[in-house]
Amino acid sequence: MSGAINQVSRPSQVNDFVVRFANVNGTGSASANFLFAKAIFRMGIPVTPKNIFPSNIQGLPTWYEVRVSEKGYLGRREGIDLVVAVNAQSFEKDIQSVRAGGYLIYDSTKKMHNNLIREDIHYLGIPMMEMCNTHFTDPRQRQLFKNIIYVGALSVLLSIEFEVLETLLAEQFAGKEKLIAPNIKALKLGANYVLEQFQYPLDFHLQRRDLVKSKILVDGNTACGLGAVYGGATVVAWYPITPSTSVAEAFDKFAGKLRVDKVTGKKNYAIVQAEDELAAIGMVIGANWNGARSFTATSGPGVSLMNEFIGLSYFAEVPAVLVDVQRAGPSTGMPTRTQQSDVLLAAYASHGDTKHILLFPSTPKECFELTAKSFELAEYLQTLVVLMTDLDLGMNDHMSEPFEWDDNHEYNRGKVLTEEELENMGRYGRYLDVDGDGIPYRTIPGTHPTKGGFTTRGTSRDEYAAYTEDNKAYQRNMERLLAKWETARELVPAPEVYHEANQHNFGILFYGTSTYSSEEAKDILEAKGIGLDAVRIKAFPFNATVKDFIASHQQVFVIEQNRDAQLRSLLMMDLSIAPEKLVPVLNFDGMPITADFIAKSIASHLFQEKHLQHDLYQTHI
Amino acid sequence: MTYIKPIFRHPKLPKNKIGYTLKEYEGAISNLCAGCGHDSISTAIVQACFDLSIEPHKVAKISGIGCSSKTPAFFLGNSHGFNSVHGRMPSVATGANLANKDLVYFGVSGDGDTASIGMGQFVHAIRRNVNMVYLVMNNGCYGLTKGQDSATADQGSKSKAGSINPFQPVDLASLAVELGATFVAQSFSGDKGQLVPLIKAAIHHKGFAFINVISPCVTFNNNVGSTKSYDYVREHMEMTSKLDFVPQESEIKVDYEEGEIAQVTMHDGTRLQLHKLENEWDPKDRLSAMNAIQRARAKEEIITGLLYVETRFGDLHDILGTSDIPLNKLTAKELNPGGAALVEINNGFN
Repeated sequence: MSGAINQVSRPSQVNDFVVRFANVNGTGSASANFLFAKAIFRMGIPVTPKNIFPSNIQGLPTWYEVRVSEKGYLGRREGIDLVVAVNAQSFEKDIQSVRAGGYLIYDSTKKMHNNLIREDIHYLGIPMMEMCNTHFTDPRQRQLFKNIIYVGALSVLLSIEFEVLETLLAEQFAGKEKLIAPNIKALKLGANYVLEQFQYPLDFHLQRRDLVKSKILVDGNTACGLGAVYGGATVVAWYPITPSTSVAEAFDKFAGKLRVDKVTGKKNYAIVQAEDELAAIGMVIGANWNGARSFTATSGPGVSLMNEFIGLSYFAEVPAVLVDVQRAGPSTGMPTRTQQSDVLLAAYASHGDTKHILLFPSTPKECFELTAKSFELAEYLQTLVVLMTDLDLGMNDHMSEPFEWDDNHEYNRGKVLTEEELENMGRYGRYLDVDGDGIPYRTIPGTHPTKGGFTTRGTSRDEYAAYTEDNKAYQRNMERLLAKWETARELVPAPEVYHEANQHNFGILFYGTSTYSSEEAKDILEAKGIGLDAVRIKAFPFNATVKDFIASHQQVFVIEQNRDAQLRSLLMMDLSIAPEKLVPVLNFDGMPITADFIAKSIASHLFQEKHLQHDLYQTHI
Repeated sequence: MTYIKPIFRHPKLPKNKIGYTLKEYEGAISNLCAGCGHDSISTAIVQACFDLSIEPHKVAKISGIGCSSKTPAFFLGNSHGFNSVHGRMPSVATGANLANKDLVYFGVSGDGDTASIGMGQFVHAIRRNVNMVYLVMNNGCYGLTKGQDSATADQGSKSKAGSINPFQPVDLASLAVELGATFVAQSFSGDKGQLVPLIKAAIHHKGFAFINVISPCVTFNNNVGSTKSYDYVREHMEMTSKLDFVPQESEIKVDYEEGEIAQVTMHDGTRLQLHKLENEWDPKDRLSAMNAIQRARAKEEIITGLLYVETRFGDLHDILGTSDIPLNKLTAKELNPGGAALVEINNGFN
């Protein structure tokens, strides 16, 4: 069926469209869809794939959305230009998801019911199942190659270079070469069908560019795992939880290659799958206490469980690193959807007066760098550092600057006393503020036979680590922890300010995976005459630059992906900022935030507050 | 209350092989109740470490929360201690052990800390065969919160307030054997003669060494009708064996009748010599150890001594294949793959 094409197509567009694949989970679609995205990347064109998957292993609907952007915008975009709908369960919904004038590719082996026909989109039916049954005999191949057939069809419709696909298949099946030929055959089946049956290419399609340069396509969890290897982590304890599991798996994979002694075959790391998240963080604290760099990775429910230990890390001043790959909460929430909703939980985790250092990477490269950095900060400040990523950053592939490491960089283990230093000093006091920065000196068990030993505890103690219930000693200690917090403020990564000088009355502030879409929204608004200054937060506590940025604007839009404007609250609390200064822009439906949503929300606010003319608001978005 | 411990040392105090006196192994003065069984266990630990000439700073003491978990402050004052969170000592000890395989790890816990809130972590430390001495000071009650029954209180045991415990007890020793602990012993805080060699043997055991020590709570659970009182335990104790710990270089002196001796060679070549008092029991056989515990239980006896030992299995480091150099001693040279390796990794993602 080539269906009701009575809609005027948009003018021809090169390298600017969104394709969505609607598949059944567990049918091998992921590798075919990735092949499609990677081919575009190899053609030098910026691409952003997003896997929208269920909490399920086999059978439920799953989607894969690929945005292509000549301008290099890497956030999600609304408006799907082409849907490949091969899942009967979600078929009706998938048809509705195509923008007016867009395309639907479907399996035309079985006749489609008339009431599924929309007048305003193009239908491209390809008898995928029939083709598979004709050309392949193995039942598994018949299922798998259906996916490859539609990639072959798309290669013609969207002008993907066939040689690029061939190269990628050769790379994918290196060592299993006999699988290459049937894959190529399936690609050609799809391609030939389009060549014979349809007009091609579509009004939107691809053209080779040189916009990718040295960039890599990688997910954030892989980058965190690799960052931990480079950061010198030797003990990893973890408990499986989506979407963080692949952080530990990536560490294991990279360490298995890079951290094994060539002579003895022994491992220069230990990785333990713990019995739960409590045990995972307990092991991390035990290992750090004993002088190893150690981390765990989890998601919100795991952080909830770790609360008691987190307080111990803070109060007993034991370094620890925790990667929180956030997902949609509360409770079990939507385990396979993204959010930035653990911000307050992580910032103030545990009972009593506690606060913790948070780092907010927004690209895989930053995941790598900030994971490595978190070990330095945790050891230097002798406290917990939480790396706040999320499902979108952690599990989706992102186009990123390549990873870099300065070979001159040496690990800074912080204030740790050696045997010699202990030998030559007077009385050692574990919690004495010798340098006036709130950071005391620590000793590692086993250092000196008679000096430097003490009992680490979560109970109150004096400067010499002796148990005490003396109210003054307790308060002195709590105040020193606050002094340490102020030291941390200027040690954590500074925010990225997008202009050298503030130029506008209004600003936008964002962090993590809200970054790409916020940057794009800023451009959208600027093109329509609404100028905004921008700052990207990289860490909590917030340093003076953040305070200055907010102070020098009439209002600042705080863009985030949670319901309760959590970072906004944190800004108000940490910097004593008046609530009316900070306008929340919130997306919390579990899907990555889009530039259209942000631009629309900001314009709408400015209009309501009469900062924007009605006509301007209307025409803008 | 503050105690000042006298620092005077008699010049003729005996020294061990590495030149330390017993003093160097002591800790702060205990603030537990006078007569507390736990203090006797602390003394036994001090004696065992002195006898074995272990350098005090090569020991790490890790505990949870409760009266028992306070004791690490009262022995081995020159060692690092970690009084962590309730029921989670096993995970902290596991992490610490992974960081440095060269220290001796004492995990000190109580019956509340292990048999209730910490049951999960106890179980998994056993599964992993973490190389540590796991010592439970078991008094059948929560002392620090004033005497509530714990999960190891025997059914029918009477509390100080007069109530009868209606619940089945958790028997930690049989649980440890069942879960595959590679060293399981049971003892009584009032029997230093048995406890000291048991602790020495546990230190030399490579793997998870569990010692369940019945340690009466003089304040809340030492009354008539309690099955964890000094009197009750003394009356109902049944020793499996008399144990000698034989250092590697020593000759074995056979004082016992042939056939009654069981010998166990540990990983490091040291030996345990057991003078068996129970004929149907073989400490190297898990089934017979389990039977011995259950037989004693049926007779309302508390079986003490080394119950089970298995030296064939490697510890967690062996299982994971970690380097011989402790992980916390590795430097950037061994740990950081460097920029060149990164170029290759980047190539895999473009």
